[in-house]
Amino acid sequence: MVRYDVPNVNEHMSFLEMLDVLNESLIEKGEDPVAFDHDCREGICGMCGMMINGKAHGGFKGTTVCQLHMRHFQDGDELFLEPWRAKAFPVVKDLAVSRGSFDRIIAAGGFVTVSTGSPQDANNIPVKKMDADLAMDAAACIGCGACVAACPNAAAALFVGAKISHLGHLPQGQPERDRRAIAMVQQMRIEDFANCTNIGECTAVCPKEIKLEVIARMNRDYLKAAITKRPESTLDVGG
Amino acid sequence: MELLSNVPTGPIEQAWDKHKFELKLINPANKRKYNIIVVGSGLAGGAAAASLGELGYNVQCFCFQDSPRRAHSIAAQGGINAAKNYHNDGDSVYRLFYDTVKGGDFRARESNVYRLAQVSVNIIDQCVAQGVPFAREYGGLLDNRSFGGAQVSRTFYARGQTGQQLLLGAYQALERQIGAGTVKMYPRAEMLDLIVVDGKASGIVTRDLLNGKIDVHMADAVILATGGYGNVFYLSTNAKGCNVTASWRAHKRGALFANPCFTQIHPTCIPVSGDYQSKLTLMSESLRNDGRVWVPKKAGDKRPPNQITEEERDYFLERRYPSFGNLVPRDIASRAIKQVCDEGRGVGETGLGVYLDFADAIKRLGIQKIAERYGNLFEMYERITGENPYEVPMRIYPASHYTMGGLWVDYNLMSTIPGLFVLGEANFSDHGANRLGASALMQGLADGYFIIPYTIGNYLAAAKPAKASADAREAKEAVANVSNITKKLLNGTGKRTVDSFHRELGKIVWDYCGMARNEAGLKKALSLIPSLREEFWKNVRVLGSNEEFNQSLEKAGRVADFFELAELMCIDALDRDESCGGHFREEYQTPEGEARRDDEHFSYVAAWEYKGQGQPPALSKEPLTFNYVHPSQRSYK
Repeated sequence: MVRYDVPNVNEHMSFLEMLDVLNESLIEKGEDPVAFDHDCREGICGMCGMMINGKAHGGFKGTTVCQLHMRHFQDGDELFLEPWRAKAFPVVKDLAVSRGSFDRIIAAGGFVTVSTGSPQDANNIPVKKMDADLAMDAAACIGCGACVAACPNAAAALFVGAKISHLGHLPQGQPERDRRAIAMVQQMRIEDFANCTNIGECTAVCPKEIKLEVIARMNRDYLKAAITKRPESTLDVGG
Repeated sequence: MELLSNVPTGPIEQAWDKHKFELKLINPANKRKYNIIVVGSGLAGGAAAASLGELGYNVQCFCFQDSPRRAHSIAAQGGINAAKNYHNDGDSVYRLFYDTVKGGDFRARESNVYRLAQVSVNIIDQCVAQGVPFAREYGGLLDNRSFGGAQVSRTFYARGQTGQQLLLGAYQALERQIGAGTVKMYPRAEMLDLIVVDGKASGIVTRDLLNGKIDVHMADAVILATGGYGNVFYLSTNAKGCNVTASWRAHKRGALFANPCFTQIHPTCIPVSGDYQSKLTLMSESLRNDGRVWVPKKAGDKRPPNQITEEERDYFLERRYPSFGNLVPRDIASRAIKQVCDEGRGVGETGLGVYLDFADAIKRLGIQKIAERYGNLFEMYERITGENPYEVPMRIYPASHYTMGGLWVDYNLMSTIPGLFVLGEANFSDHGANRLGASALMQGLADGYFIIPYTIGNYLAAAKPAKASADAREAKEAVANVSNITKKLLNGTGKRTVDSFHRELGKIVWDYCGMARNEAGLKKALSLIPSLREEFWKNVRVLGSNEEFNQSLEKAGRVADFFELAELMCIDALDRDESCGGHFREEYQTPEGEARRDDEHFSYVAAWEYKGQGQPPALSKEPLTFNYVHPSQRSYK
């Protein structure tokens, strides 16, 4: 662990701007800057994230660390920064981790199989506004990994449940609903994410406030698919 | 250089269909013998990689982020245009085409824009089929809203996260292909050079950002979908990683760079708060549907907004442009905001800001309706500024947002290097001198889903699948070039950080080649930029080595390219003695202060050829002809 002093913090700075200021001063002194991932800095790309005093993204409601401003801290506060903690997210350097496991879960089944071409007119299948809204609530997930980092089991249930719910609420997602649940849950296990025990830390820190009910939905879809599925030999889960 | 646009002849309504029929095809069994490189995984790159993988090509896709889902398309808020006319308000393909050509101030190629408007309707169908959760009405059909520069409602949206949802649609299609083995994904890999063998784009050199390994990837064609160069201003609404490096290094290998001075300054961004500021946050244009823009009538009026009475306020957009009001196009709104701030009527601590006020809309529609429409944007604003926009008007100021300029491409989206295709914001093609809101998502997806899958086949069919060897002399030379740049950046005994140079460069470009430009200022910039660049190479401090995760080194390489691009932007702006769209030369304005175009002398695309370090670039012109939408002075009054 390394301790850094950061004087001259302004209350309007974002947390990452505070780290920028620290890094500028470190480089000027000839010391290695602190590596951290970030990109859009408006809370949507999902690239940034770290534990601040043991809380993912700092633990402020609906806020990624790039959108967290220093006015929430006191002058003189001592903050402990750590990278996401999970076996499935190996540390790259300092606060940066690798989240390729999330991509592989999506590749296993987090999609609708429709090739580019000429599908029917977009208004041919009406979708209840409520269903579209629920799908959108789940689809708001930014794949940052805070849910995994906050979970004592390092489970990815909120992330996987969000995608299963997003597509499961829409008519377009129905044909593959069973195989999607099986394939994504299987891949989640292969990636070494542990099981969910319904603690709820994930939803508490989720910057997009994805609800715990997406996990229930994932479990329901998985259970139903597992019970009714045809023999393995005819089931191609690879997508 | 003669620029062959390869635009099909005949009536514009049939041009694309006719052209598609004439393009050569490749038999399905042969497609897998061709290798295609896609650099970038945003809407254009992600859609292209997925679609080409589905067709059966062997695709390699590269992005610098840790996952293809993070590309900056994800941050687009407001929506995507399509000429569906679901709302019976008189929209049509022709009207979208017309609005886009006019909105671009008659500096775009008509045939490209018409094609864009045509395929816009397919995009919505495709995205809905993928499961993109667009906003819907109670009857279950798709909802629309209006955007700047149009008098119809043709913008489809998914709350304030339309870009995110469209990108996730493309990303999921891409991941499906990765799972199926037709696309190989290389995240955390940055393209640092283009390999040109026998005059054809034949591969790229990349750096693995995790360990610094320099790799050569060879292919039958290379697609760049690497976004725009708005970060040349340092402060912009772009993501911190957005850069011009891939495009610029391809430019140095022979791809012409078109209209670099056409940059878009977005009117509604959260104002700068201090010199530590690392980026600016956009507030979606859709807010101008219900928000009213105003400043105090009196200069220097520092009273809080609720103490300024209705009579003391100047709703300057509504006053100057009664028919479009607050929904005038971006270039016009930005300039009007700059003018009132220059008059000393700006608000906020710095005086660089105007109010965007929702009080009337809340009175008219109720707080519930406003929360439904803009809730997440209001929350974002409050998170950043600490002020509640339901109670206090927002403060906004223009910021660099999008770049219309980019690598020159023909109708097939191929650059001046055969086999190098350029898609999305990275090319120059469809928006002329100003882009209309909700048209960037449309163009990215049009290029990626519906244009490149056809046109690339035509190029590949003419050549046998024979990717050049990685041992080719040109490949080795490109690797040596990349290593040289890295060595130069790391060897410095310099004192200044990369960011300090970038910030200083950005300020020069913003001051002299930003919202308003003039001859003296541009000449000044052209003397300041080269001397700062010289200091950069002598005095930049990059710690660490190449063989590690080194974010300072990544940034340094990108800033080095921004220096060269900034100079070309100023050269282009100085050469274009007229005002059009986002390019406002103060010498060329109407008595009312509007942009004065000079169609007689400047109705062309300015495409610049790199002639070597320290040599002036060579200008080639592609004349623009307008057979359908006749150039007139753009009026939104």
